[in-house]
Amino acid sequence: MTALPAGETAAGVVSAHGVGKRYGPTVALHDVSLTVHPGESHALVGRNGAGKSTLVSILTGLSATDTGHVEFGGEPAPPLSRQDDWKARVACVYQHAMVVPQLTVAENLFLNRQAGGGFSIGWKSLRRKARELLDSWDVHVDVDTPAGELSVEDRQFVEIARALSYGARFIVLDEPTAQLDSQAIERLFERMRQMQAGGVTFLFISHHLHEVYEVCQAVTVLRDAKHVLTAPVSEVGRAELVDAMTGEPGGLSVRDAASRESLEADAAEILSIDGLSGDGFRDVSFRLRRGEVVGLAGSNASGKHQVAETVYGLRTPSAGTVRVDGSPLRPGDIPAAIRAGVGCVPRDRHHEGLVLEHSIADNATLSILDKLGRGGIASPRTRFARASQALADYDIVAASAEQPVSDLSGGNQQKVVLARALIGDPRVVVLINPTAGVDVKSKEALLAVVDRVRAEGKAVLIVSDELDDLRLSDRVLVLRAGAVVAEHQAGWSDGDLVADIEGVELS
Amino acid sequence: MTDVMTSPQTELPAPPRRRKAVWLRELALLPALVVVFVIGGLVDDTFVGWSNIVSILTASAALSLVVLGESLVLITGKFDLSLESTMGLAPALGAMVVIPAASAGFGMELPAAAGLLVIPLCGALVGFVNGFLIVKLKLNAFIVTLAMLTVLRGVQVGSTKGKTLFNLPDSFTNLATTTFLGLPMSVWLAAALFAIAGWVLRYHRVGRALYAIGGNRKAARAAGVRVDRIAWAVFVVAGILAAIGGLAYTGYVGALGANQGSGLILQVFAAAVIGGVSLDGGKGTLVGALTGVLLLSSVSSLLNYAHVSAEWQGAIYGAIILVALIIARYAGGKPQT
Repeated sequence: MTALPAGETAAGVVSAHGVGKRYGPTVALHDVSLTVHPGESHALVGRNGAGKSTLVSILTGLSATDTGHVEFGGEPAPPLSRQDDWKARVACVYQHAMVVPQLTVAENLFLNRQAGGGFSIGWKSLRRKARELLDSWDVHVDVDTPAGELSVEDRQFVEIARALSYGARFIVLDEPTAQLDSQAIERLFERMRQMQAGGVTFLFISHHLHEVYEVCQAVTVLRDAKHVLTAPVSEVGRAELVDAMTGEPGGLSVRDAASRESLEADAAEILSIDGLSGDGFRDVSFRLRRGEVVGLAGSNASGKHQVAETVYGLRTPSAGTVRVDGSPLRPGDIPAAIRAGVGCVPRDRHHEGLVLEHSIADNATLSILDKLGRGGIASPRTRFARASQALADYDIVAASAEQPVSDLSGGNQQKVVLARALIGDPRVVVLINPTAGVDVKSKEALLAVVDRVRAEGKAVLIVSDELDDLRLSDRVLVLRAGAVVAEHQAGWSDGDLVADIEGVELS
Repeated sequence: MTDVMTSPQTELPAPPRRRKAVWLRELALLPALVVVFVIGGLVDDTFVGWSNIVSILTASAALSLVVLGESLVLITGKFDLSLESTMGLAPALGAMVVIPAASAGFGMELPAAAGLLVIPLCGALVGFVNGFLIVKLKLNAFIVTLAMLTVLRGVQVGSTKGKTLFNLPDSFTNLATTTFLGLPMSVWLAAALFAIAGWVLRYHRVGRALYAIGGNRKAARAAGVRVDRIAWAVFVVAGILAAIGGLAYTGYVGALGANQGSGLILQVFAAAVIGGVSLDGGKGTLVGALTGVLLLSSVSSLLNYAHVSAEWQGAIYGAIILVALIIARYAGGKPQT
């Protein structure tokens, strides 16, 4: 393992100086500086939405920075139009495959340069070059295998080798361990150390802090789009790292569940989940009572989304039951769930939440079309009236209910999704990432609505990556690898919860 | 206003101009229709006469029923090429169970009413199979309905041995020959079905579900719409409408050729798209589709009046459709992809 360069003055393999990025009203990254030194493995950590992927897209030439600049080895970064120059400096291996699955490993390695400057493709020499490339980095994969048939582990190595073949010696690994088992992770780390010795530098992104300590020499923490700290790993304790990731509870005025009167002891049980298993989770059981808010926390791979989606019928469970007020719901039947009084804000408003080109009235009333009139009559006037009421109830800023939702800001779009979930006056509300990608004010407004419906006696199941969303919960269940591993009562500390989510022991 | 933090561009609501704009867009083809009639009037006075208008409407009736079916399928975000073959096969089978073997029938000689019942049943069956393949088995709509188009045409040519069916029972041609207030029954039938379907699309939950499915299938499902069931049913309805359209066409022509409906699918799609129905789904109205049909029928009639030779009519008609698509693209303001 190479030691860290002694002086801070040494030019970094890559250094970002005050880079920032805005997407419309959202600040994705603000004034972040980062220097990665040659031969080190540098960890980049932060919670979802902290700005990691924005920083990576700037460092790899996928998007331009609005402020500041990026340097490679002291030289200014090439313009975005010269992607070949970027490829010679940096590459990113993403969680999802960036190979053409139908083509062989050999062709993927030399995609769009198969002929190597010649006129026709020499398949024999292509395969020989591919084999030499993989051998030189000690990657044992048959070059004739279709890339789609590779294991995640092999696919990552092939992608790393491909990046190295362009001349890049700086590789970004985006959560490389997320889909690997523990032996594969060990092999990955071993290979990373070998490559480091061979002069390769890594930027390593992971949600698992113990991996940071195992394989990295330096760590940078981002939080809320800002740089929080950069330090040698040996100088940062785990608790300090968790604190840096979570920070102080921000200025968000959300009522903490701990500050309100605790749930009445005799509140009726309304939602009962028993032994629910399915794709990505197993044997999950919990209860919700009237007026109770339960949060589900965990990493993206924890299965928390799947549990909530199964409750609403978006997914069909392999075992277990969901009962509302004692009567079991037909598995995977969304209309049945709605009839039984379940409302849902789905995970992604663009994919499952809204028909973007249609009006607010059409979107807000979509799940109650059968209740608007006799025989299924759903006249424009009734829909308009119901939606106009929703505009007022949920503070949706729009010209009228006739406006297409694509004209609205993200926050108002999300309010329309919430309005639809609540418009049928459900008894149970399932909220999946209810405040994802909305600004602070909209977030407060959305959470205030959730608090209001809780007070009305609805039961709320809230799944979120954001601690602020979970603060409303009477209890937060933490899922890891598809099973409930911990339960926190209202009043939990951020550090404890994050430690449970990330699976680290606080020393 | 709660969202004081965000930038004014995204927050300031657009002025409430949409209600009017929607109506204007639906009638966007009226000026084009007027232009066609002005040119027609200059070419020949009788073009704007009542008898020619009746003839344009009669010619439109059959086409419009198929366009109605296709528009419903398009609004749900799928499409059905096989409707043109259903238009020929369904009335052919209906006729062949009735007419004697000497007239190329099956020799069953069932009552005419049974034959008339076979027609929509045949359309429904084709639509059911299409829906099964596309919605349930999730095969690609393009290749499935293209293959179905070929299969159905082949069945018709095979079972009639390529012959045109004459000596049809009166009840098979009544749609076009019986008139009410000077207009054939087929025109009244098409008008009634358009009115019903238009009402359902605007005032009934099933109609709104069609738009939602075409606009965003996953969102419709998440909102509790039974997406598969409805999308499948739409194929069945489209098949029935194409079968009835075929019957109207048979009455209009007076005989049932083995190639009835062949090549008509271009006009069906063109009428729908020119009328503002999106091939992407989720958008379009029947008023628009209907004006599209009327425009194409008027143009077709104009070509006859202008004595364009029959050999060149195809090329000119196709070119006019291309021009109309370009105009509709800019009048509608959005890409038609």
